Amino acid sequence: MNTTIAAISTNNLGIGAINIIRVSGPEAVDIVSKIFSNKKFSQAPSHTIHYGFITTEKEKIDEVLVMLMRAPKTYTKEDVVEINCHGGSITANKILELLYDNGAVPAEPGEFTKRAFLNGRINLLEAESIEDLLEAKNENARKMAMNGLSGKTTTLIQELREKMVELLANIEVNIDYPEYIDELQITKENISPVLKEIKNKLTKIVEESQNGQFIKNGITIAIIGRPNVGKSSLLNALLEEDKAIVTDISGTTRDIVEGEILYKGINLKFIDTAGIRETNDIVEKIGVQKSLAMKQKADITILVLNNNEPLTQEEKELLKSIENQKAIIFINKIDLEPKLETLATSKKIIKGSTLTKNGIEELKQEIINIFSLEDMSYKDLTYLSNTRQISLAKQALQNIDHVIEENKKDIPVDMLAIELREAWENLGQIIGEAYEDELVDNIFKRFCLGK
Amino acid sequence: MKYDIIVVGGGHAGIEASHIAAFKGHKTLLITMNIKNIGDMPCNPSIGGTAKGIIVREVDALGGIMGRVADISHFQIKMLNNSKGPAVRSLRAQADKTTYPKNMLKALENTPNLSILEGTVEDLILEKNKVKGVVLQDGQKILADAVILTTGTYLKANILIGSENTPSGPHGEKRSNYLSDNLKKYGFTIQRLKTGTPQRIKASSIDFSKMQPEYGDNTYWTFSFDNPPTYKINEQQKCYLIYTNENTHKIILDNLDKSAMYGGYVTGIGPRYCPSIEDKLVRFKDKERHQLFLEPESLYYDEWYLQGFSTSMPRDIQEKMVHSLSGLENAVISKYAYAIEYDAIDPLQIYPSLETKVIENLYTAGQINGTSGYEEAAGQGLMAGINASLKLEGKDPLILKRNDAYIGVLIDDLVTKGTQEPYRMLTSRAEFRLILRHDNADLRLREYAHQVGSITEKQYQNYQNRQKNIQLGEEYLKETKLKITPEIKEIFENNQKEVPNITESLYNLLKRPEITMDFLEKIIPIPIDDQTKEELEIQIKYEGYIKKTYKEVEKMKKLEEKMIPKDMNYQNVKNLASEARQKLEKIRPISLGQAARISGVNPSDIAILSVYLKKEYNKNE
Repeated sequence: MNTTIAAISTNNLGIGAINIIRVSGPEAVDIVSKIFSNKKFSQAPSHTIHYGFITTEKEKIDEVLVMLMRAPKTYTKEDVVEINCHGGSITANKILELLYDNGAVPAEPGEFTKRAFLNGRINLLEAESIEDLLEAKNENARKMAMNGLSGKTTTLIQELREKMVELLANIEVNIDYPEYIDELQITKENISPVLKEIKNKLTKIVEESQNGQFIKNGITIAIIGRPNVGKSSLLNALLEEDKAIVTDISGTTRDIVEGEILYKGINLKFIDTAGIRETNDIVEKIGVQKSLAMKQKADITILVLNNNEPLTQEEKELLKSIENQKAIIFINKIDLEPKLETLATSKKIIKGSTLTKNGIEELKQEIINIFSLEDMSYKDLTYLSNTRQISLAKQALQNIDHVIEENKKDIPVDMLAIELREAWENLGQIIGEAYEDELVDNIFKRFCLGK
Repeated sequence: MKYDIIVVGGGHAGIEASHIAAFKGHKTLLITMNIKNIGDMPCNPSIGGTAKGIIVREVDALGGIMGRVADISHFQIKMLNNSKGPAVRSLRAQADKTTYPKNMLKALENTPNLSILEGTVEDLILEKNKVKGVVLQDGQKILADAVILTTGTYLKANILIGSENTPSGPHGEKRSNYLSDNLKKYGFTIQRLKTGTPQRIKASSIDFSKMQPEYGDNTYWTFSFDNPPTYKINEQQKCYLIYTNENTHKIILDNLDKSAMYGGYVTGIGPRYCPSIEDKLVRFKDKERHQLFLEPESLYYDEWYLQGFSTSMPRDIQEKMVHSLSGLENAVISKYAYAIEYDAIDPLQIYPSLETKVIENLYTAGQINGTSGYEEAAGQGLMAGINASLKLEGKDPLILKRNDAYIGVLIDDLVTKGTQEPYRMLTSRAEFRLILRHDNADLRLREYAHQVGSITEKQYQNYQNRQKNIQLGEEYLKETKLKITPEIKEIFENNQKEVPNITESLYNLLKRPEITMDFLEKIIPIPIDDQTKEELEIQIKYEGYIKKTYKEVEKMKKLEEKMIPKDMNYQNVKNLASEARQKLEKIRPISLGQAARISGVNPSDIAILSVYLKKEYNKNE
């Protein structure tokens, strides 16, 4: 890591009023000094901002603010300089070029974070992750390890672990000190309520966390239905613009059309799909397949039905197919004569018209409701904030589910302990507090044994 | 006088070390302070116990003699945790404190290449950091190519009873005065540890009628994989369970300041799993009673061991405490409880082979390494003996991994984490305990033993036969189908078991948690021997869990197989956290796996180290 790297750290399309170019490495200050008009800069104290121009011998490139951050208190723990220049990709690229001419090398994707990690700035909890890290393509995958947790989440996880370790220590004591019959003996029966309680709490954390992800990343909503029930009109009504082609001819939308809105602070990303029906038209067939795939990928599905027509066979199957996922049914064209039968579904039904915009607001609101997001965006956010953490919590939940399942059979407690311990370790990894002798320490803290 | 290997100390570690070295053909000398004390059990009168019983099986599988001798020297044996799952089953025998050492001495005397000498070793002969022999108290020098120190609790030992502090080894034996100072001089870090032992009571003074008897098992068991049982089930002796009471607690709490522990007379660190009774009362105020066990020490003298009543109270208080117990109102205490403090080395200064990092060809095993327990000592002694031999033979050491044996867990813990208290093995320390079972110790270890030449041809054959039996047994269970006739259906129903479909192989039936081998035998004869049945039942029934454990093992192996070169210079690895660098330099782990288990070495340090190793050592890969 003896090289000095540089890259544009704001999004590379150059959209926005300013761009930030980040330089990191042992020569960061020297290299920037060579192209920066402010001559006091190279001797300035750490964590200061400097005004001046980026210049070549021939011309002034841009008027900039330059931030000087000396090692070790920086993102990479190396000397870091950040140049705030004007927006647009041309200026930024020009400056970057100058930096390269003066000795910096282009940063590989994620290299700043990689350095932060290797320099001990970020404490990755799993050694194995290094391999992923070195190979990871996108910045998000790398940022995973850095996001902190709210104090409240940590407490919740700690409480759960406390419950688990209590149980585990008890099981271990029963095993290591079988002659101590005065200690509580863990049995199939007395373990079960505790497991249930752990399961419930953990489930809540996982669910809220997943919903939390929606606040951060938005919700993807697939609009499905038979051709010509008004999917594209619904999309347009939701987006309030004419994005999709709306015609009276069935099957107009043969590809995926999408659009985003910000509703109550949450990004809703709608995807209009090709109508779903049996078809021989090859182009349309591809569209239909894409639609079904989209439905799988989306966080929630809106099934659009026509108030003016009875259910077709395909629609009956669609109704069935959404039963086990998050979905809303939108019955369109309520201004027309009702010919649709009563639906056998557990899903929420909203009636409206894309023409009169009836029911559109209600539909948006229902999406938010389903993810209980309105509550969450106001209260202290207590969810796990990255995918790694959520996946660990999910693994722990799976472990607990399996323990509960196995406990119903005649599986000895010792076996149950194996997976319970796994769940406990998974949670430990989330908060980074697991240490190897934690369990043994707990045994002796909690029980009175020995010769 | 010159030997290949000298073993210092005739306790459970020294016995195994000297026996295996001699067995492997090396001219071996065992030096002990008192020949009569070879194989002595200064504390509890039992061999085995949870986790420890599995270690004894492992010692046996690897060619050690603890199991064999225990089998012919006990008067009660039982399988612990039978109901709690196959991984945690473990044997415990009440060994006779008279016959066990006698049989042990006989075994050693019958070992070719092994000599025994009475004497006290006070110094080592060194040549450029390589051990060349030992110096006895009288100045006599004895040369050897390798030395194994198994000095137990004898280094600068002090016995504590109340405020009395007497320089002495266990039960009045001599102690070693200078050896630990000399070790310190050579560069070892010496730590002071403490342990204790409870009272011995005269049998004739005990009213057993007020106590709850505890019996041995009605099944025959042996530690050894090679020898049949020699005892008779109905001749087993009883132990007894009793409880402390309110009065006992009052006596102890009223006199707390008189105990060595609470009076502040002890400097050593005592083990948490072996607290004194006063410790138990102070730490667990709400407990109304504590369990105690009375165990006979021998059939040849009438002392009983009062397990659970370890204390450092003065004698007069001990009298009152004992007399407050139901059935012991008139008890005569033949030996008072005492605490013992002794010197040990820091186990971070030894390699996983048990060779010390400070002095070449010097090995240490047992309590000197900071452990506690006869079985832990035997396991280390055996490995030190095997590895010292291998070294002299110019071969690589045998290093058992955490997934190979409890012995592997024990040594890895010691040399990786060190210990601040005498280390006792617990099943919870073994993350892969499901595959480190009592029943499969031979299957896990005999192949290694064969490779390093620590077992006889006969022992190896026994293992091969067992493997064959298991294979045949498995085939039999797969091929034999149970046809569900109305009569058989009824048996299932009467036992509240789900009735299987028409025909099913015994193998598949055994996969169901509620169907046991015993149950099937009520319906259909299974011509397989008991040992093989046990093995197969576990393998079949818990297949899913076992597979899962192996998956975890594979994960660990990935790091375990990344070896760190012996000449690794941690100063060259940039960006290591300074605590990690210090620890790595001190411990010098042999693999990334071991490095990862060092406390204070974080995953990011491992990542940095891994990148460095890749860059520096595998440039061509």
